[in-house]
Amino acid sequence: MRTPPGVSPSDFALAVAQFQAAVGPDWVFTSDEDLDLYKDAYSPFWGEPEEKIAYAAVAPQTVEEVQAVVRIANQYKVPLYPISTGKNLGYGGSAPVLSGSVVLDLKRMNRILEVNEKNAYALVEPGVSYFDLYRYIHERGLKVWIDCPDPGWGSVIGNAVDRGGGYTAAMFRNHFDAHCGMEVVLPTGDLLRTGMGAMPNAETWQMYKSGYGPWIDGLFSQSNFGVVTKMGIWLMPEPEAYLNGTVSVFGYDDLVPFIDILNQLENGQVFTGMPFLGSPVFSGIDPGDQMRPNNDPELAAILAAPGGPPKEALEAHSRKVGKGLWAAKLQFYGPEKVIRAQWEHCRERFSAIPGAVFEDGDLLRFPLAPDQLVNEHKVTFGIPNLSIFFIGARSETSPPGDGHIWFSPIIPRTAEAIFEAQRVFRDAADSLGLPMQPIALPSTYWQRAFIFIFGFPITHDIETNKKNRAAFRTLVKIAAEHGWGEYRTAPAYQDDIMDTYSFNDHALRRFHETVKDAVDPNGVISAGRYGIWPKHLRGTRA
Amino acid sequence: MRSLAIAVALGLAAAGSAAAQPGADPAQVHRGHDVFQYWCATCHGAGPGHPGSDALRAKYHGAKPALLEERRDLTPDVVRFYVRHGVSIMPFFRKTEVSDADLDAIGAYLARTER
Repeated sequence: MRTPPGVSPSDFALAVAQFQAAVGPDWVFTSDEDLDLYKDAYSPFWGEPEEKIAYAAVAPQTVEEVQAVVRIANQYKVPLYPISTGKNLGYGGSAPVLSGSVVLDLKRMNRILEVNEKNAYALVEPGVSYFDLYRYIHERGLKVWIDCPDPGWGSVIGNAVDRGGGYTAAMFRNHFDAHCGMEVVLPTGDLLRTGMGAMPNAETWQMYKSGYGPWIDGLFSQSNFGVVTKMGIWLMPEPEAYLNGTVSVFGYDDLVPFIDILNQLENGQVFTGMPFLGSPVFSGIDPGDQMRPNNDPELAAILAAPGGPPKEALEAHSRKVGKGLWAAKLQFYGPEKVIRAQWEHCRERFSAIPGAVFEDGDLLRFPLAPDQLVNEHKVTFGIPNLSIFFIGARSETSPPGDGHIWFSPIIPRTAEAIFEAQRVFRDAADSLGLPMQPIALPSTYWQRAFIFIFGFPITHDIETNKKNRAAFRTLVKIAAEHGWGEYRTAPAYQDDIMDTYSFNDHALRRFHETVKDAVDPNGVISAGRYGIWPKHLRGTRA
Repeated sequence: MRSLAIAVALGLAAAGSAAAQPGADPAQVHRGHDVFQYWCATCHGAGPGHPGSDALRAKYHGAKPALLEERRDLTPDVVRFYVRHGVSIMPFFRKTEVSDADLDAIGAYLARTER
């Protein structure tokens, strides 16, 4: 049995024995065979000495067991790395940031403690996946929807505290913003409840977020200040109906008023569904469609023009084939009369752009029949699935991949920023030898900012991974030079990205470190996560 | 190394297929069905949007069924290998997700002879 950094073999043996006593011997894993299952399946260090691996894993089932494990870890200064479902593939899996840590696997904490239909919330433990919560609600016929990310096997808590997003109405898409109340095992083993949960016998823990005094929930997201063992999440009452409508424009610079109108309508809540942006001339406009281009050779030649595609050529081709150069699919949830009126208003507003073309989508009512769902984007209706894994899966046109990792800078919600990002990342991709769709459009999970998401393939070829890691880090720097920072990242790049949030001599990181030292004096929780290192390891990292 | 491991697993598969699970415990097969629906069918189910089935369809071009539940050549050892090692973009699954007992049940279900 290997021992974690800074821990003697005898201390580690004692800690493991106490872990076994705390959670039962079946739920402490120390064999290489078992620990291989705690690797990051999409590790950019696959097969290299730097690959992150766990030296043990311990899987408690109750909050009391979590407290016991954390206290044992403090006693022996054993680094722990909590995971919830361990399926955050693309932004890190189940492997620790600090190799040699003991993974605190919370998958067995899989209780759905409450689903309140009347007030539309749920209270869950970290091992509860989106599939679990959906099934629970579906089996009971409750008229509430979850909001889920593309892969449905993720943890409701894990995704929220990693600040992930989904696809239904705006107030539910940001999963951290949609949470309400946490229970946290602090790094000392103490137990904390946030918001109204701080009051014994609270009746509104999942109804009012901030409670009293400083609202500290954010400290437990993208951090290592505690282990979240319960969390409330707000659910969406099942709407009467759903409607979508697509607006397409054909002029390159039409994107400027197009985004301005889109923002006004969304910020004014005229539509609440996620507006999918795309370029119909290039591909469909649902999420993921940009990775399934229509392979029009004439367009491909325009896109490959040195220095970037000429806008006149793009416009001419778009008009020739009769497909918009830019488009948005607007989505509406609510009573039929209301959403039809909302779409009508949107049409009127976008009609200010000469030549704008509108396409009415179908009105849907719930529950959807299975045949209605076949061609629908299921997560739009809060239905978890795994279809996103077409990315990298073997197909008739591509060999099987080994995984992917996301580079996802936040850029302003303006057309000017889109054009600038397209130019900057196109030039960067050219110099780095990366494939890049030169008129790629950003994702619209958040109402006030875009995310420009790029997928990097993970391979089992070490040289390719090394090249891709260097390219990723270069993109991080290029983005930062333009004031664009990533919203989330995998452990391999967490230090790099924290380095770019450097205002006033890294005041933010210095604050994180001050908090870290105060709440986790032994530095036992998730060393290095999101660039926050405990005092004894600061300066030793690469 | 991985190809070698796969070859070993397939060797076991060939050996295992001769036995073909004639005496599979019906309760275990039933449990395997349930565990398969929970853990596997989300990717290996029927219809659009199931990348596992789509990938196997592209791999075998009809020589074998794309759906694992329709395969006749799977053995518990092969199933165990892929669940614990993953393949392509399919990750491996931890024992807190799919326990050894659940994995045995999935194997018994996919290798069942009575259909």
